[in-house]
Amino acid sequence: MSDQEYTPKSKAGKWFNDRLPLLTLGAHLTDYPTPKNLNYWWTFGGILTFCLLTQIITGIVLAMHYVAHADLAFASVEHIMRNVNYGWLIRYIHSNGASMFFLAVYIHIFRSMFYGSYKSPREVIWIIGLLIYLLMMATAFMGYVLPWGQMSFWGATVITSLFSAIPLVGESITTWLWGAYSVDNPTLNRFFSLHYLFPFLISGLVILHIWALHVPGNNNPIGIDLKKPSKDTVPFHPYITIKDAFALLLFMIIFSGFVFFSPNVLGHSDNYIPANPLVTPAHIVPEWYLLPFYAILRSVPDKLGGVILMFGSIFILFVLPWLDTSKVRSAVFRPMYRYFYWIFVVDVLLLGYMGAMPAEGIYLTLARIGTIYYFLHFIIVLPVVGLLEKTDPVPMSISAPVLSSGADPALAKKDYDKI
Amino acid sequence: MSKEEKKINRRDFLFTASYTVGAVGLGAVVWPLVHQMNPDKAQQALATTEVDISQIEPGQSVTVLWRGKPVFLKRRTEQEITEARSVSLQDLPDPQKDEDRVKKGKDEWLVMLGVCTHLGCVPLKDKGDYKGWFCPCHGSHYDLSGRIRKGPAPTNMEIPKFEFVDNNTIKIG
Repeated sequence: MSDQEYTPKSKAGKWFNDRLPLLTLGAHLTDYPTPKNLNYWWTFGGILTFCLLTQIITGIVLAMHYVAHADLAFASVEHIMRNVNYGWLIRYIHSNGASMFFLAVYIHIFRSMFYGSYKSPREVIWIIGLLIYLLMMATAFMGYVLPWGQMSFWGATVITSLFSAIPLVGESITTWLWGAYSVDNPTLNRFFSLHYLFPFLISGLVILHIWALHVPGNNNPIGIDLKKPSKDTVPFHPYITIKDAFALLLFMIIFSGFVFFSPNVLGHSDNYIPANPLVTPAHIVPEWYLLPFYAILRSVPDKLGGVILMFGSIFILFVLPWLDTSKVRSAVFRPMYRYFYWIFVVDVLLLGYMGAMPAEGIYLTLARIGTIYYFLHFIIVLPVVGLLEKTDPVPMSISAPVLSSGADPALAKKDYDKI
Repeated sequence: MSKEEKKINRRDFLFTASYTVGAVGLGAVVWPLVHQMNPDKAQQALATTEVDISQIEPGQSVTVLWRGKPVFLKRRTEQEITEARSVSLQDLPDPQKDEDRVKKGKDEWLVMLGVCTHLGCVPLKDKGDYKGWFCPCHGSHYDLSGRIRKGPAPTNMEIPKFEFVDNNTIKIG
């Protein structure tokens, strides 16, 4: 961290700060030198913080009216929608908020992949971020079970049954997760308990994520190391706070559009049918943000194999910093990687679409191709492209290409030596 | 030198003994916290269900709930039994004779857990490529004996423990 020594102006402030340096922390967060060329893709960190807070606040309020019991849960959610003052608003913010949270986190992750933010020295930030993502998926899944509709019940059955694919102990683990011999009241109870707990674990990891970020400082669109503070940086406040606030306002307009004009468009109508353990809905699908992984699961004609590939598709992200052999961070200077990046984005979107379609015919074939390419991207494309690619010259500083008129080769540095 | 060694050994013993006691204590605390999540006594108490089968005609099937899971009871026709038994074991992903899936002398009664062995959905009856059951979730096809024929499910539908209490009653569990 590149803070100057901070001394509070007031005597009381100094007294307090000597005992608990909160004011020093505040000064660090205010002055934190930030690259001056951060674009709008960098505003999603702030947006995600907003999403987490929104989910926690609306969730605590919903828990005041919700009843976690198999016989009462569905009715209590309808009670929230019809009787509780503004209950409909709070619940729609919470349910659509989950989708908005994932929308923002996917943009955040893909931004990191484009600009190489996961590379040295930011691997730990990346890994903590993935842990947050895993907790988010677990939290969202358990939250979706709570209304105890048909999709809740059968989604819970399918996802918990994934663990039964584990040889020998699979059945015992599944029964242990259920607390019964099928998804039942004990399952609902514990999911509610954990659904309430996990957001606070996420909050803790978010603090570590930001702490780890503030050690090397932000990556930036051209992906070079910066001197901090320097003419390449601006203080976090007010420059970044105002930009983040503007982006957040735009994001909230989209968020409100869903909440007020089409609050159920991202959900599934079958979840307005109370859970029935005797009838499985004809076409069960997870929430949209889990569809690519669902497509991978279904594309394998073997139970254990499908489960392994599905979990593998997430865990392979943890070793991404070591699979990418290129030292140049930003795709701006990587002519080959740039194309493969967009192919990968399309591949993930394709998998998402296939996950929503029935697993048969052309959909299944395309899902299989998409699954194979997903893994090829990490195992073959990234290591090989990093070695073969001739990267473009990387500038010395953010200001350099602007201040020098035209391209000055003297100001450009060769990729490998100085980055 | 030897004195020093002795001292170190005594320390090592104390450390090892302390860690061991600590680990046992920690385990004793953690186990109740883990085991509380397993099915409780109330769940285990629901372990049997009796079904009156006197009203079921040949070709019909009923579904009952046992331990929160559906159980299919199908009274098969002669033709269906013959068909289920004419299949070569080599064509089965999980080879099992139809005779081994029913009670001897009560061959018409197929009693099995109506739970797809893939990811736990309830298969639909009289559907699929083998006239038995079809799971809508991920497309597993089962035959007239509830055996897996095609799709991602790894095994045949499970036969629960059951017995004929008398000619008109089946006790499951």
